[in-house]
Amino acid sequence: MEIDPFIFRFSIFILSIFIGYYVVWSVTPSLHTPLMSVTNAISSVIIVGAIIAALAGENGNIFDTANIYGYLAIILAAINIFGGFLVTQRMLAMYKKKKKD
Amino acid sequence: MISANLLAVFYLISGVLFILALRGLSSPETSRQGNLFGIIGMAIAIGVTIISVGNFSSGFLYLIILMLVGGSIGAFIAFKIPMTAMPELVAGFHSLVGLAAVFVAISAFLNPQVFNLGSPGNIKIASLIEMSLGASIGAITFTGSIIAFLKLRGIMSGSPITFFGQHYLNLALGLILIGLIFYLCKTQFDTWFWTIIIISFLLGILLIIPIGGADMPVVISMLNSYSGWAAAGIGFTLENTALIITGALVGSSGAILSYIMCKGMNRSFFNVILGGWGATDQSSSNNSKEQKPVKNGNADDAAFLMKNASSVIIVPGYGMAVAQAQHALREMVDALKKNGVKVTYAIHPVAGRMPGHMNVLLAEANVPYDEVFELEEINNDFANCDVAYVIGANDVTNPVAKTDPQSPIYGMPILDVEKSKSVLFVKRSLSPGYAGIDNDLFYRENTLMLFADAKKMTEEIIKNL
Repeated sequence: MEIDPFIFRFSIFILSIFIGYYVVWSVTPSLHTPLMSVTNAISSVIIVGAIIAALAGENGNIFDTANIYGYLAIILAAINIFGGFLVTQRMLAMYKKKKKD
Repeated sequence: MISANLLAVFYLISGVLFILALRGLSSPETSRQGNLFGIIGMAIAIGVTIISVGNFSSGFLYLIILMLVGGSIGAFIAFKIPMTAMPELVAGFHSLVGLAAVFVAISAFLNPQVFNLGSPGNIKIASLIEMSLGASIGAITFTGSIIAFLKLRGIMSGSPITFFGQHYLNLALGLILIGLIFYLCKTQFDTWFWTIIIISFLLGILLIIPIGGADMPVVISMLNSYSGWAAAGIGFTLENTALIITGALVGSSGAILSYIMCKGMNRSFFNVILGGWGATDQSSSNNSKEQKPVKNGNADDAAFLMKNASSVIIVPGYGMAVAQAQHALREMVDALKKNGVKVTYAIHPVAGRMPGHMNVLLAEANVPYDEVFELEEINNDFANCDVAYVIGANDVTNPVAKTDPQSPIYGMPILDVEKSKSVLFVKRSLSPGYAGIDNDLFYRENTLMLFADAKKMTEEIIKNL
């Protein structure tokens, strides 16, 4: 009997939910806004799907409808990746401790 | 080219790096390193994908150009955006993730052989379910986030839009979606696929319009969660571990934040989501209001009170963000500290329009994060504090939440501002807060009302210190 690969992916999915649960509970409440912006940035890893959709189109016709949707998704995801990580960086740089005097 | 197994290992590595990115946020010191892990994870995922596709023709050039275009737009926004606009920015970004998920799903549907999902008209059933779920959740995230963005930006009124049979309509649309996914699997008919997307767009709008402005922290967190589930759905379609791990992380992160926000208001998730709150409940509370006496103060009085206090707690709320008063506030606190006054900040979980909103604004104004405390950490200190300076907050200080079981906010955890020796309330008018209920605190002996714009009043006080 072979196990369907879907089950493996599903296991990863369920375990990741649990990891997410414990990791996010340990995020300090004062960093909840950066948490939202960084999760936003990492969920844009959907760009990998967009890249495949845009580039892997066979028959040399890169302006096939399916490819165009891929290119559109690349722009959207790229805005999010750069915007998300940079704005997070900008916010995190502002969190400072009391100066020792 | 790169073998499928090696590719999977790289995706796993970037998934792990994303976990570490979130883990870093457990304290401000480790957070910057965490963000770096996130960036590396993303770079790995993008890099290996490009190598695995192995297509370096003109399409590759377009890819680079489009990424640069998108990246510069993103970078421009990230550097220009004022910190007070962070809630709308996050809502806007969520909408992009949602739309990107829809586009990827469409392209997988049109060109399934690229993703090894079968051929058009003969796509694997499991893939069809996954991609239609991904597309549907993505579409809901897209339009829902746009509505949230418009409400937060003030382009659309923050008050709830409700109509008769609203919830039944949404329920019906939800059931229709399930039916359509079923028929899509049965017939592979592309009309069903497009209908699923259109109905989901509509549903996203309908789900968010009944939710009022001050419930936005829950809405943003919820949309954050949706964008994660959409990504996970697409991840299953593309059999991509990085996407599945990330989707699950983001999905549970958003869900936890929604939970924390709901708990901060002592309301159930469904109560918030069904919306319509704060729209109609003015009538009952207004009867008892009549003309109760209010002590009206000015900047001079406030400065005198705080200068002579030994400890002051600042309670910021959404009004501080609206007035952009955080910098003035920090200056005021600096002046007070010079006078030997001990000053701390108390943050209610739902203060502002998104989780952690106040903390970011204070951090922007150079307030050290170890002077800023969460509700449970600081609530006992109000009893020993001389002055509570409430700037732009209202409902989160209302003692009625503890005393009146009839009140809509009964049971909501509040900051015990009333226990401090005197309370200074900076507010533009006596109007009730978002919940539409009168704040008993305004009429107390030890409360001094400062009627003014939060920033102007704070600046006035600095002059008088």
